[in-house]
Amino acid sequence: MGKNIAEKIFASHRVDNPFGDIHVIRLDAVFCHEITTPVAINDLVERGLDRVFDPAKIKAVIDHVTPAKDSKTATQGKILRDWANRHGIKDFFDIGRNGVCHAIFPEKGFVRPGYTVIMGDSHTCTHGAFGAFAAGVGTTDLEVGILKGVCAFHYPESIKIEIRGSLPEGVFAKDTILTIIGKLGVNGATNKVIEFCGEVVDNMSMEERMTLCNMAIEAGGTCGICAPDMTTVEYLWPFISDEFSSREDALKAYQQYCADPDATYAETITINGDELVPVATFGFKPDQIKPVSEMSDTRVDQVYIGSCTNGRIEDLRVAASVLKGKKIKDWVRGIVSPASPAIYNNALDEGIIKIFMDAGFCVTNPTCGACLGMSNGVLAEGEVCASTTNRNFNGRMGKGGTVHLMSPASAAATAITGYITNSDIYQQGGNS
Amino acid sequence: MKSFNGKVLFLDRSDINTDEIIPARYLTEITKEALKSYLLDDLSLEGFNPREDVPKHTVIVTRANFGCGSSREHAPWALEVNDFNIVIAENFARIFKQNMFNCGMMAVQLEPAVIDQLFAKFAGKQTSLTTDLEKNVFHFSADGEQESVPFTISGFDRALVEAGGWVGYADSNY
Repeated sequence: MGKNIAEKIFASHRVDNPFGDIHVIRLDAVFCHEITTPVAINDLVERGLDRVFDPAKIKAVIDHVTPAKDSKTATQGKILRDWANRHGIKDFFDIGRNGVCHAIFPEKGFVRPGYTVIMGDSHTCTHGAFGAFAAGVGTTDLEVGILKGVCAFHYPESIKIEIRGSLPEGVFAKDTILTIIGKLGVNGATNKVIEFCGEVVDNMSMEERMTLCNMAIEAGGTCGICAPDMTTVEYLWPFISDEFSSREDALKAYQQYCADPDATYAETITINGDELVPVATFGFKPDQIKPVSEMSDTRVDQVYIGSCTNGRIEDLRVAASVLKGKKIKDWVRGIVSPASPAIYNNALDEGIIKIFMDAGFCVTNPTCGACLGMSNGVLAEGEVCASTTNRNFNGRMGKGGTVHLMSPASAAATAITGYITNSDIYQQGGNS
Repeated sequence: MKSFNGKVLFLDRSDINTDEIIPARYLTEITKEALKSYLLDDLSLEGFNPREDVPKHTVIVTRANFGCGSSREHAPWALEVNDFNIVIAENFARIFKQNMFNCGMMAVQLEPAVIDQLFAKFAGKQTSLTTDLEKNVFHFSADGEQESVPFTISGFDRALVEAGGWVGYADSNY
């Protein structure tokens, strides 16, 4: 019987099968940030187990609150920094080099097809875009991952979502995944991997695939996965060129992780990409979506463009194409957080930062604190934010605040009018 | 092994997420104990007041998809330091459920019809739970009413509960 992508990765990484469907797998990478790792570090120290299984396979970053906003967050950063130093963890990204974990780690080439990755962060599913099994875990799983390089999972079934055709102008990966979550529901993929495929996915850049996989968790999914292809190889080529004699060889090696033609799935869902429209969330759950065009009465106080979902260069390009030569509404606070120093630099070189600033946006350093109401863009009671982030939970960006999730294009258009607005009225045409 | 007995708090809503269980503004804490005052701080639910209701209970019975959203283990920790060691629901988000057992706590699923029945019979009353882990039975009681409900947990989950969590288990096995 054929295997799907997750099954192939599990088969090549299994170390133990201690109970029924519990599989303990070997980890290729353990990612860490300053919010969920310090308690694991302190616990390891207390237990007399202050070791790491392989410092080269552990990557760490300070990204949720940076620069530190108070003594507590400074302490969290210090615990992570001191730990990285004493264990020789070379890939530790501190201030000046840091960015949003799910943007900076792929950018450094740390995720490869067939890899297994865990992190104490639910949006770790992002890295499945590379044909990897990447799952968010809690601090205890992270702690064991750091110490032993293994993690236990229920053997996951997969849902196959085939997105056929092509996306209309002005419809993006974010609209696609929000529509999918709307169909699945917030519990529709719990304990399952979502394998994305079809022409729309084949034609997506790695950045778009990351946006797609990033929100698999909002349907309860363990991981979102896209099959590795030449787009994956191209993205990784600067990091793998000494491992393979050609791109074709790399592709051939990675294709062992593509699903077999007779692979089985718990469910198969087909979506016609041509029928998708720009959407945004209402209410407090990410499966509550409506076409953006039906939400034009919703006034916003803040527009946030950034996060592990939509803070990458393509996202900033699209938003800038909408904002170019325009001013944001006088009552709107516009905030953009390029997700990594490299993205920030590219945006500077391309004149994108100037477009944002001329439009009236505040440009912050790379960080993801606003998304969960920790720093750099917290809402007050009763305020409304149009946001390119991933969760519209009640109070997520600040107690009593409301979040409407949408694409960077819609968020930029919304900043201009002050009301939730479809980007197509501002689009110059030809932008992807 | 932890205690899985106590007074039951009924939370009549699905999809209670970990931001509601412990908001991100408290994630700057680096000890579990520091989370104690903030359990369910952002849960807005008619008739529920965290300051009054949390101290009086140590068991949660709720609906579907409890613990969805963020992977923060601060959610089980905030429960743990308030002596809540067990949550009973129709089902759970994967990471939350794993985090509970990884801490030697329990997240037990019951059929929606059984949860309905528990709400109908016991919600709004002073309800107590006693957990029989040998026979896999919950005993609910309130105002002279009693109900015994069988449950199942996997071999792995039981091993974690008995080992006091995943660190202890993994350290002795891998």
